[in-house]
Amino acid sequence: MEHTQRRPAGVARASSGLMDALQRWLPKLVVAPTFILVGIGIYGYMLWTGVLSFTNSSFLPSYEFVGLEQYAKLMESERWLVASWNLAIFGGLFIGICLLIGVVLAIFLDQRIRQEGAIRTIYLYPMALSMIVTGTVWRWILNPSLGLEKLMHDWGWTSFSFDWLVDSDFAIYTIVMAAVWQASGFVMALFLAGLRGVDSSIIRAARVDGASLPVIYWKIILPSLRPVFFSSVMVLAHIAIKSFDLVMAMTSGGPGYSTDLPAVFMYAHTFTRGQMGLGSASAMLMLGAILALLVPYLYSELREKRHD
Amino acid sequence: MTDVVRTGFRPSRIAIYGVLLLACLVYLIPLIIMLITSFKTPMDIRTGNLLALPTDWTAVGWTKAWSEACTGVQCEGVKGFFWNSFKMTVPAVLISTLLGAFNGYVLSKWKFRGSDLMFGMLLFGCFVPFQVVLLPMAATLGKLGLANTTAGLVLVHVIYGVAFTTLFFRNYYVAIPDALVKAARLDGAGFFTIFFRILLPLSTPIFMVSLIWQFTQIWNDFLFGVVFASGDSQPITVALNNLVNTTTGVKEYNVDMAAAMIAALPTLVVYIVAGKYFIRGLTAGSVKG
Repeated sequence: MEHTQRRPAGVARASSGLMDALQRWLPKLVVAPTFILVGIGIYGYMLWTGVLSFTNSSFLPSYEFVGLEQYAKLMESERWLVASWNLAIFGGLFIGICLLIGVVLAIFLDQRIRQEGAIRTIYLYPMALSMIVTGTVWRWILNPSLGLEKLMHDWGWTSFSFDWLVDSDFAIYTIVMAAVWQASGFVMALFLAGLRGVDSSIIRAARVDGASLPVIYWKIILPSLRPVFFSSVMVLAHIAIKSFDLVMAMTSGGPGYSTDLPAVFMYAHTFTRGQMGLGSASAMLMLGAILALLVPYLYSELREKRHD
Repeated sequence: MTDVVRTGFRPSRIAIYGVLLLACLVYLIPLIIMLITSFKTPMDIRTGNLLALPTDWTAVGWTKAWSEACTGVQCEGVKGFFWNSFKMTVPAVLISTLLGAFNGYVLSKWKFRGSDLMFGMLLFGCFVPFQVVLLPMAATLGKLGLANTTAGLVLVHVIYGVAFTTLFFRNYYVAIPDALVKAARLDGAGFFTIFFRILLPLSTPIFMVSLIWQFTQIWNDFLFGVVFASGDSQPITVALNNLVNTTTGVKEYNVDMAAAMIAALPTLVVYIVAGKYFIRGLTAGSVKG
């Protein structure tokens, strides 16, 4: 407080007090808009949807509470069961195949490959596309009369038949194909980054001990990439649960509702079929599914950090 | 670790290259099919096959997709929706990135009581399935008079994008030594001076990551577009979906593919020009959040 002696004490104290207060509050003021927007837009709305899921809202929100009736209705709904089952099939295959392709491509790309950068760019570009674009293209490729089938016929395999896109038992697998095409390069990128971080002295030591390269990868390197596995699964599961665009572009949930996913179910009931209560209940269950994945993941992450 | 992996025998090298190149083909073929189909005539599509080159190249599909094709009730092509997407994407990207930069700066260098909690809440916000906010958001936009407007979509994309941008900048600024900021504070530099003089000049890479990530996310979004916009304010993704699903008249796959290319071009160009930053955004966004 040296400068107070140079100026009249009161003035200095007042102005520096104001400046200090401003400096103290400035950071909070800067983050305040985000805090408010996210507080309302995510947490407030989440609660609001939760409240709506306990009401009998139809075309307009209503606040007549009916307890768990919407959830009970959901559980009895054939369409919701199909959507949930589809999510299990789609999610399981999507995550499994993406991991397999991603790991293999990453390991192969890690063998001092010429033009590695160019190849990586090719593997990853589908991630830059909209799922609507991806869906449009794959829908054309799998077109039952003019697509893949015609190509095979022209190439001489005249008995070839491929109409999964319009077959209600198989249509969900066409969505898996398109989704894997789009996201597997991304898993490759995650694993390649992980491989580049592996301590090379461990591998050198293993080689000295006479271990072959596949054994080193299987026994030493891949186990050390556990965190990459977990975060890949998290991201892929997250994509799977939220999947909406791809289904809308490829099948719109059809034939019938055979390719419905929970996100499609939620959209259809909330915005086109006038069953907001039911739609909200389905949204809350989607949130529950994500939490069931997220909480153990974050818990293990935090515990690992504490152990370090 | 590449230096330890010895080149090995020739057959295995050939096998590795074989697999990698085959994978390249698999990833590239849909794009190639999209391109060649868009330059075919409808006649050509019926007589040829997916991988047959057009017998005579024509841009009819492109001009039709751009200005004549039906997207639902109106038949004016996708050009209006293409510009809608720009009008929505550019402000939303800039606002969310700027907010994210300041938030990241505060949450790393000007921590206050509760700031870690706020960061945790933002982090969690990255994971929430958007289905859980759609209905209240639609109601709110209606009340604000922003339903079916580009401004409404900008607002929505800012709210649900700012968690990611904050995450990017916060994690970037955490790595910058606090001593730098402390020294500047002792010299009497204030909040904004420190940001603009010290942190901003170091921030080019993370700005690139954030801008590109947000551009790709917002341009490619379909869910918010289909829920919160209708008719004239729809973004290109919604228009493309409508075009493809319009069932009136004969299906023209060349027009579908041209429209898909038009919708894909901006993000593809960004990816080709600045792919490095796109990949960094992807990995940062996934590993940390």
